[in-house]
Parts: sequence; structure tokens; C-alpha cells
Amino acid sequence: MDLAFTKEEIAFRDEMRHFFRNEFPEAIRRKASEGRHLSREEMVTAQRFLNARGLAVPHWPQAWGGRDWSSIQTYFYQDEMQQANVPSPLPFNVSMVGPVIATFGNERQKHEFLPQIANLDIWFCQGFSEPGSGSDLASLRTSAKRDGDHYLVNGQKTWTTLAQYADWIFCLVRTDPAAKPQEGISFLLIDMKSPGITVRPIQTIDGGHEVNEVFFDDVKVPLENLVGQENKGWDYAKFLLGNERTGIARVGTSKERIRRIKELAALERSGDQRVIDNPRFREKLAAVEVELKALELTQLRVVANERRAQHGKPDPASSILKIKGSEIQQATTELLMDVVGPYAMPYQPQFEEGWNEPPIGPDYAAPAAPTYFNWRKISIYGGSNEIQRNIIAKAILGL
Amino acid sequence: MDFDLSEEQSLLKDSVEKLVAQHYDFEQRKKYLQTPQGWSPDLWARYAEMGLLGLPFAEAEGGFGGGAVETMIVMEAFGRGLVLEPYFATVVLAGGLLRHAASSAQRAELLPAIASGTLRMAFAHSERQARYDLADVTTSARESAGSWRITGEKSLVLAGEHADRLIVSARVAGAARAQDGIGLFLVDAGAAGVSRRGYALQDATRAAEISFSDVPATPLGAPGKAFPVIARVVDEALAALAAEAVGVMAAMHEVTLDYLRTRKQFGRAIGQFQVLQHRAVDMLVAIEQARSMAFFATMMANEADATERRRALAAAKIQIGRSGHKVGQEAIQLHGGIGMTMEYKVGHYFKRMTMIELLFGDADHHLAELAAMGGLIAG
Repeated sequence: MDLAFTKEEIAFRDEMRHFFRNEFPEAIRRKASEGRHLSREEMVTAQRFLNARGLAVPHWPQAWGGRDWSSIQTYFYQDEMQQANVPSPLPFNVSMVGPVIATFGNERQKHEFLPQIANLDIWFCQGFSEPGSGSDLASLRTSAKRDGDHYLVNGQKTWTTLAQYADWIFCLVRTDPAAKPQEGISFLLIDMKSPGITVRPIQTIDGGHEVNEVFFDDVKVPLENLVGQENKGWDYAKFLLGNERTGIARVGTSKERIRRIKELAALERSGDQRVIDNPRFREKLAAVEVELKALELTQLRVVANERRAQHGKPDPASSILKIKGSEIQQATTELLMDVVGPYAMPYQPQFEEGWNEPPIGPDYAAPAAPTYFNWRKISIYGGSNEIQRNIIAKAILGL
Repeated sequence: MDFDLSEEQSLLKDSVEKLVAQHYDFEQRKKYLQTPQGWSPDLWARYAEMGLLGLPFAEAEGGFGGGAVETMIVMEAFGRGLVLEPYFATVVLAGGLLRHAASSAQRAELLPAIASGTLRMAFAHSERQARYDLADVTTSARESAGSWRITGEKSLVLAGEHADRLIVSARVAGAARAQDGIGLFLVDAGAAGVSRRGYALQDATRAAEISFSDVPATPLGAPGKAFPVIARVVDEALAALAAEAVGVMAAMHEVTLDYLRTRKQFGRAIGQFQVLQHRAVDMLVAIEQARSMAFFATMMANEADATERRRALAAAKIQIGRSGHKVGQEAIQLHGGIGMTMEYKVGHYFKRMTMIELLFGDADHHLAELAAMGGLIAG
């Protein structure tokens, strides 16, 4: 038992650290650190910058750009990227549809899609949730009926993140309405330019536009856009959701946010006392740091175990990381609210695009409340924390 | 980075767990508690035979050269079994002070005797006014004609009632709460001027109030310079307690899961109710976070940089305290009425956990210290 990393591991970490902090475009990192949303163009620039250096899809099969890294190398890659405020490559592309196509797709699909997915030449969005199918995803009703050389797709998807930027959508659709819910689902790739697709924005409580409804009205989808076998889509969806085991804890992101909170808490004052010197604030902050340190080690325990894990099979311990990681990320947004105090109140969406007139209060206060509001989502998406508890109760506790 | 045990460590774990499983069921433990000392001398002798009592001492000094990981293994198993023998007081606390402060002659005399099970020691440090401040020592030590004498009152001395020898902290110089000016002294527990009043703690382990009236004492290390050693040994002790706490919590959780699977109400096992499942999951999350910090504490217990060590051990005790508090309370609640009874084991785990929360600083104490040190992440 030894918590120390090997010389090779440290060298790898330092190489990642150097790259992300010194070579990656500074303006994008700064914007992310300030809590502002990146534009489509910035996200594409970021991913292409990484992809050109072999750092967009290191976890893919080597034939398609993977690096065959150890689990600890992948951990350092993610941790250093998060700590440097470098935006992660688009998860719908690199963690979701990419690995599904690489594993279950045919050769034509691999050649056509994988290089473009890695380089964000094609932007995918995810068509899983429906108005009536959230946590109970297998109840989904969007249908795909064979009609000659294509499927005819009808229905509605929702919570579709960044559909407004997307070129394609990967969808779970019902191809056999007579089968059991999990057995009649297929995995389709659909061009967003297809006639019959309508995207309607959903404004979230932070005032932002990240998610959308996507309507399908007699949308023609070529049969060749089916991934894997018809009616096996549920297996691919489970594979997809189990693919990312440790990154979801976002320990690196929380570490970086705590650094920023300390920096800003040294600027804000209450009377002649800096917020950072207020014992009550300091103890709240230290308590979150302790939970984060514990989570970091829990994550490293899962990483160490991955050597023994089966690829593509979800480790139920990752549900622990999701629960705790989301709670800690949310706690950091509350700490930032504590730091800026009353200047969390003014609604100033201009912070996203630049100020035309002076901000009310310090400019760094403007994103505090929107971030706090927005980050409530992280204990809801990707399987709510309650669904994660169901998974642990069944898979780990045997209840 | 590697969380696996070595082959030798796995063997140690297996043998300690087996011993505890064989000798620490609920009824056996009750019998040990009925003896005057409140634990089993036979088992103490078994620990000596197995090498547990000399585990952390150097091989050249009659020990087995174990480190913090070995202590963690033993303490976690002892936590699972709610072991009563004064291992923590004798081997971890007193043994730790001897390892770090004693002269080679003192170590040659005392360590083999501890390892063989013939000598039991206790650390008399806490005082009524000190709460959790390790430097708050008013018991005094005075030198005259080349010999030292101690006068003062020590409180909450773990296993102090029946210890053969005591290690006593005493002030040789400086103000009441100054770190500088504290010494450590060896005292024969049977010496004239030592009076002891033993009593049970809430978990039925035992402690003593001990008063010293002009008692002859032998310095352990340089008198007046002992604080860094005390702080270091207490940090090692916190790592050991963290491991014990993980054992206690894991056992409480298992007992609770068994109960959820077997207790039937409304025509089905209560573990099928989602509200109880989720609470059992939250217990698991709290335990895994605590286990991670017990590893961290173990790895950092020997950190050379005292400030980094203190940050790490404070963080560990905070997590242990918070997790233990939650897991203990939930274990009782999920059992319902049966969890409230002395005849059922879960309450005994809960009580031990509560004692661990209070030993050497509760979560609030360490949180205040960690916060004052600027937390864990450099700003």
C-alpha cells in the first residue's frame, strides 16, 4: 500500500499539467474560470486543439486515436484538464456516441463518423430523455418504423443539451412496440438537418439556454444509420452510461473552484475583515475541502481497481463518485455565493458577452447566482442521485 | 499509487480478523467485560504470541518492524470486533511515545516487555481544564539533586487504572498553555504519591483519574521539549483511531443491512422500501469517504513536515467524526426499537463510535485547526 505515485506517473502528470496550463489557449481557459459559457466556436477550437495533439479521445481504441493509457494516466489527464479550466472535449461525442460506434458500429460508420466525432467536425447531441421518460428511460415512446430503405421517426426528445449547435443526434427509439420495454429499443444516428426535425429552446432557471426539446415529425432516417443490431439499443445505452466511471466526480474542477473561491474571498471584505479571515466561512470552506480530499482518494481507489474491472461494465462505485462529486460541486457554488454576498442578487446576464456599462458590484459576482442555480442540474442529469442510490442499493448492498 | 496490501500484510489481516471472529462474539465480549479489568488477559497473551503487541517496534528492539499500515490493519479488525484489550493505550500511545522519545536504554528495557505482554502502560496527559488543547499542561515536574518529581492531576487516562507504568506529561517551564516547556516522564504506577480512580467510559472501556503528589519520575527525552513528540504520537494515534472507526462503521453497516434483509413488516423485508435503501446507501457513501481518509491518515502519519501531517490528520479526524456520527445514528434508526437495547450489538458499536469521535479532538476542534491553517488546498 502506497499513496505515492511512481516517477513515470509523476512525469506524465507534469507533462499534462504543463500542456494544459502553458500551451492550451489562455483566453478559453480564462473564460471558463470566470464561470462564463463558451461559444460553439470556442468549444470547437478547444477540441480541435486537443485532437491535433492526440488529447481529445485518448480512451478510444488505438486504431481511432486512442492512446492505450493506464487508468491512472487517464485520471491525470482528466484531473489536470479540469484543474486548468480546459473545457472537456464534448462528452456527447467523445464519451458517448464515439465509444458506441467504435464498439458496436460497422466499418462504414466507424470510418465515416469517428474521425469527425473526434475532431468535432460533427457535433452530436443526445436523444435519450423524453417528456414521459426521465429516470424511467426504458419507457421511451419515440418510434421508428421501417418504411422501405429508411425508418420513419416520430416523437419527442427533451433536455437535449446544446441541440442548437448540433449537426447530428444519437437517439434511442422504439422499433418493436410489442416487446418488453428494454427489448424493443434501437440506437439511431439522425442528421439534424433532416426534414421534420424541430428544435425548441428551453430556458433554464439561471436564464441560460443549454437544453432543448427536439420534435420528430415523420423524419426519414436511412436504415444504414442504425448502430449495431435492431432492438439491442438498450444494451448500447447501458454501455454508454457505464463508460465513464471516474471523470464524473470532477474532483479537479472542484479543486480549481476552491482555489478561485479563496482568491475572491481574499478580495471581498466585511468591515475591516476579509471574508477569507472570517472563521465561520473558513470552517465551511475547510469542511468542503475535507470531503473533496476524501472523494479524491475514493476516486483513486476506483481508478486503482479499474485494472481489474471489465471494460464497458459499469462499476457501481462510480455511483458513489457521482453522488458525492455532485454534492461537492454544488457546495462550491454555494461557497461562491457566500463570498460575493449581496452582489449575488443583481441579474446581469451581460457578464457572458461583455459589459456595456459598469457592473453592479464586482464583475466576478455576476455569475455566482446563475452558476448556483444552473449547477442544481448535476445531481439530476446522467441518472439522478436518487437513481444512483437505487443502483448502489441493488448492485452493492444487495437490497 | 497502490491500495493493495502486501502478502505479509494480507496474512496479518487474515489472522487478526480470524482471531477476532473466534473470540469476540457478543456473549464472549460480555464475559470479558465482567472481569475487574474489563478485558481478557488470555487474549492479551494471544496478541503477544501473534506479535501484535510488538508490531510497531523495530526488530532490533524486540518488535516486528511494522508501520502505520500494519497498525491500521490491526485497529480496523479490532474496531469490527469492539475489542476491549488496552492495545491503543499501551502499543499505539505509550509505545509511540517510547519509539519517538525514549533513550535506547529505555527502549531496550521497556519495548520487549510490552511486546511480550508483561508490561502495560498508559499515557497520562489530559487535564480537566485542557479540553482538546494538547499543550494545556499544568501538572508540574521539578528537578532537585538530579532527580525529578511530579505533582498534578491527570484526567481521562485511557486504561490508566491497571497500567504498570505511566508516561506522564508535565510542565517544567513556561506558561500554562505554552508548547514549549513540556516534558514526558516515566512513572511507576505503584509509586507512593500516585492515586488512581478507575471508571468505565460510555462504551464500557476503562479510564482513570490519576493524581501525582511529589512522585519520583524519570525523563523520557529532553525535559521541556516534548511537545513535538506528543503532537506526532497523537497524530499517529488519530490514524489508528480512524482505522478503528472504519472497522466499527463497516460492522455497523453490515449488521444494519442484515437487519434490513430479514426484518419483515407490511408483509415484506423492510430493505425493499426505497426510503430505507437510500439511507443505507448514504451510510455506505459516508463509510467509503471515511475509509479513504483513514488511508490518507495512515499514509500521512509519518510525514516529515509537521504542518502537512497536522493538516492531513485534522482532515481525517473531521471526516471520521462526521461519517461516524451519521453512520451510528442511522444504524440505530434503521433498526428501530431493537437498536435501543443493551442486548443487541448495534448500540454497542454506536457507543464505541461516539467515544472515538471524542478522543483527541472532535470534528469541530479539528475543523477549527484546519481552517486556521488555511485548509487543504493552497489558495
